[in-house]
Amino acid sequence: MTLGGSMATVLAAPVSTALPLEVTSLVVSFGAVKAVEGVSLQLRAGECLGLLGPNGAGKSTVIRGIVGRVLPDAGTIAVFGFSASSKAAREALGWIPQELAVYPRLTSSENLFSFGRYHGLSGSKLAEAVAWCLDWAALQDKADELAKNLSGGMKRRLNMAAGIIHRPRVVLMDEPTVGVDPQSRIRIFEMIENLRAQGTSIVYTTHYMEEAEQLCDRIAIIDHGRIIALGTKEDLVHNAFGSRSQVTARFAGTSPEIAAWVERRGGRISGPNAEFSIENSTEVVALLKDAADDGLELADVSLHRPTLESVFLHLTGRELRD
Amino acid sequence: MIYAIVLTAIKALRRDRAALALSFMLPVAFFSIFAAIFATQHNSTPKISLIVVDQDQSTASHQLVRALEHEASLIVSERPAPKNKVAQPDYTAATAEASVKSGDSQIALIIPRDFGKNPISFGSSDGSPSIQMLNDSSDTIAPQMVGGLLQKVGMSAMPSVMAQKGSEFTGQFIGGFTPQQKKRMEENLAQLKEQEKSNPDSDTSSASGGGVIAVQSRSVIGEKKNLVCFYAAGIGVMFLLFTASGSAGSLLDESDSGTLDRVLSSHVTMTTLLAGKLAFNTLLAFTQLVVMFVWAWAVFHLDFHNHLAGFVIIGLCTAFAVAAFGMLLASMCRTRAQLGAVSTLLILTMSALGGSMFPRNLMPLAMQKAGMFTINAWAIDGFTKVFWRDLPVSALAPQIAVLLGVGTALFLVARRLARRWEFS
Repeated sequence: MTLGGSMATVLAAPVSTALPLEVTSLVVSFGAVKAVEGVSLQLRAGECLGLLGPNGAGKSTVIRGIVGRVLPDAGTIAVFGFSASSKAAREALGWIPQELAVYPRLTSSENLFSFGRYHGLSGSKLAEAVAWCLDWAALQDKADELAKNLSGGMKRRLNMAAGIIHRPRVVLMDEPTVGVDPQSRIRIFEMIENLRAQGTSIVYTTHYMEEAEQLCDRIAIIDHGRIIALGTKEDLVHNAFGSRSQVTARFAGTSPEIAAWVERRGGRISGPNAEFSIENSTEVVALLKDAADDGLELADVSLHRPTLESVFLHLTGRELRD
Repeated sequence: MIYAIVLTAIKALRRDRAALALSFMLPVAFFSIFAAIFATQHNSTPKISLIVVDQDQSTASHQLVRALEHEASLIVSERPAPKNKVAQPDYTAATAEASVKSGDSQIALIIPRDFGKNPISFGSSDGSPSIQMLNDSSDTIAPQMVGGLLQKVGMSAMPSVMAQKGSEFTGQFIGGFTPQQKKRMEENLAQLKEQEKSNPDSDTSSASGGGVIAVQSRSVIGEKKNLVCFYAAGIGVMFLLFTASGSAGSLLDESDSGTLDRVLSSHVTMTTLLAGKLAFNTLLAFTQLVVMFVWAWAVFHLDFHNHLAGFVIIGLCTAFAVAAFGMLLASMCRTRAQLGAVSTLLILTMSALGGSMFPRNLMPLAMQKAGMFTINAWAIDGFTKVFWRDLPVSALAPQIAVLLGVGTALFLVARRLARRWEFS
């Protein structure tokens, strides 16, 4: 789909090597506010691509642009080479919105039947799809339960099942674990792994770096509507920090002298901790010795490789959850 | 503490525009409507449409008709309005009766032959021919008004007849006049007749009292019918409107929950979605009507099964129009609270003007005309034609056309407004 204002041009016929999803230079504005500024993404076959960013970074807007729920100002979106607004693209795309977008007064299976029909399914195909989805979401025993009576985790799973009732080859998941307990989150991860095992390509938005690290093959870090880094976790860390490691230290007390000392040593205060970046692990010894020489009392210290949180902090100067 | 609670409530109310509208605008709107109906319309009291069939064509009958025509509260016609600029023949007794039956006119007066020979009736056995008054039994006020006016114009519009009849009666009671008295009486009567000729429209008040015009009333429609159909239609349409707007509000719920977005990301387009909702709401409204009329049949003995075809047709048209009205309201409003306030305001106003609460024929003319802009009025007229006037389905054409036309127009506007949901 080529987009310029409300104009859309259908792309040429797809080729067999077409990517499951290709977004090029997507721009979305809401009035004077530019929510997405030139985002480009390529989703490979069978891949899980994470969109990691804080709230308001533009993750959901990118997803909504792909499924046609916001009108982009510019950019192209292709699903297996087809225009995103084409019937073929709609059949290939599945969307799991952040909201619990199900009918509360319908049962689980009635919800799935309804959304299946909206996607053009009928008869035995529809019945099979509903059965498969109930099984996938582990909701067989809740098939006749009203959606409004399900637990939070079950509602989330039903919400996911409704998004893939038509068995799409590309699934866009917009923070599917928001507000769920750890046990339900594990169940949801299993559902996602199950989909991946069947070759489904996934775009997964989250502001939880642990989820991105655990589920995603590649991660795009998005902030203020722009992708500021893209790659595997190792790529991102290496590009940001090279081979450097992080030292996290906690000193007794919270005096201004400690903060001043940390700053002099090139570190930064993060909550109760001080963080330092070192090239070689042997530098830890020198760091600790200096602290002791300057009269600081060390309470705790650890050495570790930088995380995605560190990468985000490094790239934006802000923490992921700011 | 009470102060804090009051302060909090005031702040909350100030920010709830829907509640504010309901609190202040609704009472004012209703007050205005009912004040217009009952209190402030001195110069536009409801007028009664009256057909006069003058079979006598005498001087007295002409005087009576002219006097009725000068009554401000009557709209008198002796012939139907021209069709395609071609004048229509005068009403006959049969066509006048048909007009009352169809509801085109409220009352018909048939002035019989030989009325002019003895127009004034002193006493019950003087052989005066009676004027026939044909009326609709659902209208209890118009016959009484016309009856009273008939007596009034009888006394005021025909002074010479009154005087002549009076002197005849007096002569009978006193054993006859002297020749001198007879001569003077004849001279004065001649003078009075001259005055009438020179000023036929004068509203001369006769000094004589007790004179009456004999009138026989006959209900040409509704004598053995049940008025419950009026209430079933009136109340039914009002609640249909409430149900339809509430049901259409599911669009707002689905928009809030994100379900609307999900549906629109599938194969379902906004037009398909709205058409589906319209179909459902039409069926819901029609089912409501069925329940109401079946209840009226079971409990209040409404003749339901003999009017099934007309009921289904006008019922479906009404259901379609109110469903489209609900869709329009839902697509206009941003929140459920807004929908609640706007729908209550509009529906109660429409119901008051459209005859759901108060018969339209008792309203001032201006209000009756305003009522024609409501779904209620057209729907109630349709049901009245079916259940009260026993008219064939073909007679429902104006109501069907208006209800379907209004429904289609409202749906198209709703579709246009729903564009805001297509792309967020």
